[in-house]
Amino acid sequence: MDTLSLQPISISVQTADFDLGQEVDTLSQSDHSIGALVSFVGLVRDLNLAADVVSLELEHYPGMTEKALQYIAQEATLRWSLKGVRIIHRIGNLRPGERIVMVLTAGAHRHAAYEANTFIMDYLKTRAPFWKKEWTPEGPRWVAARENDASAAARWHQIVSERYGNDDHD
Amino acid sequence: MQINLLYFARLREAFQTGQETLTLPDSIQNVADLVAHLSARGGIWANELAANQVFRVAVDQDLADFSTPLHEGAEVAIFPPVTGG
Repeated sequence: MDTLSLQPISISVQTADFDLGQEVDTLSQSDHSIGALVSFVGLVRDLNLAADVVSLELEHYPGMTEKALQYIAQEATLRWSLKGVRIIHRIGNLRPGERIVMVLTAGAHRHAAYEANTFIMDYLKTRAPFWKKEWTPEGPRWVAARENDASAAARWHQIVSERYGNDDHD
Repeated sequence: MQINLLYFARLREAFQTGQETLTLPDSIQNVADLVAHLSARGGIWANELAANQVFRVAVDQDLADFSTPLHEGAEVAIFPPVTGG
């Protein structure tokens, strides 16, 4: 396993907010052969379906969460030429407008960094054990999983199988 | 065998517990057997674990399917489809 993880992967699951600029600096300064760095930041929306969301509560499965994120990042480094992956996912109570998730992917060139970043988010949404509970003026409600998310992850499975003949995942 | 069972999110609330330790009869060998065993408790267990319900199972913190075998001391988690990101 160690021979497969030469690219640095860093995972954090935390209640605290994060500083995107600082995270980008840390990753880009770690390796000067990095020529492209893609960042994705997910935010809490105030509207989901019909209700006004006052706040969001993020539950997770301690232990499995970190293991699943590590696995997803590792999968990305096996499929694309990357020089670093950094994932932060927040838990606890969040308000609309707050940052909830960040994925940084760094490589020599932009295409790998872009594709790997989307891949990681698509897989995170279907495999990482987080659950959102929305608090609305009418009370709490668990967010239902979206079929779109499952089909987005399945699409990568298809693309990767076609491109690399690799069908041993999922 | 004895296993440690965990429940999360909506299912944790529905079952009114997040954790239990269970000693299983010898006939229970995999995830499908366990789900049937829990459903046999009836009530909310039978409702939530019915064939038309969508839920996920992890064994030792890896996503599992109905054929995944169980073992002594396994950590088995049952939870709704995930909604992070």
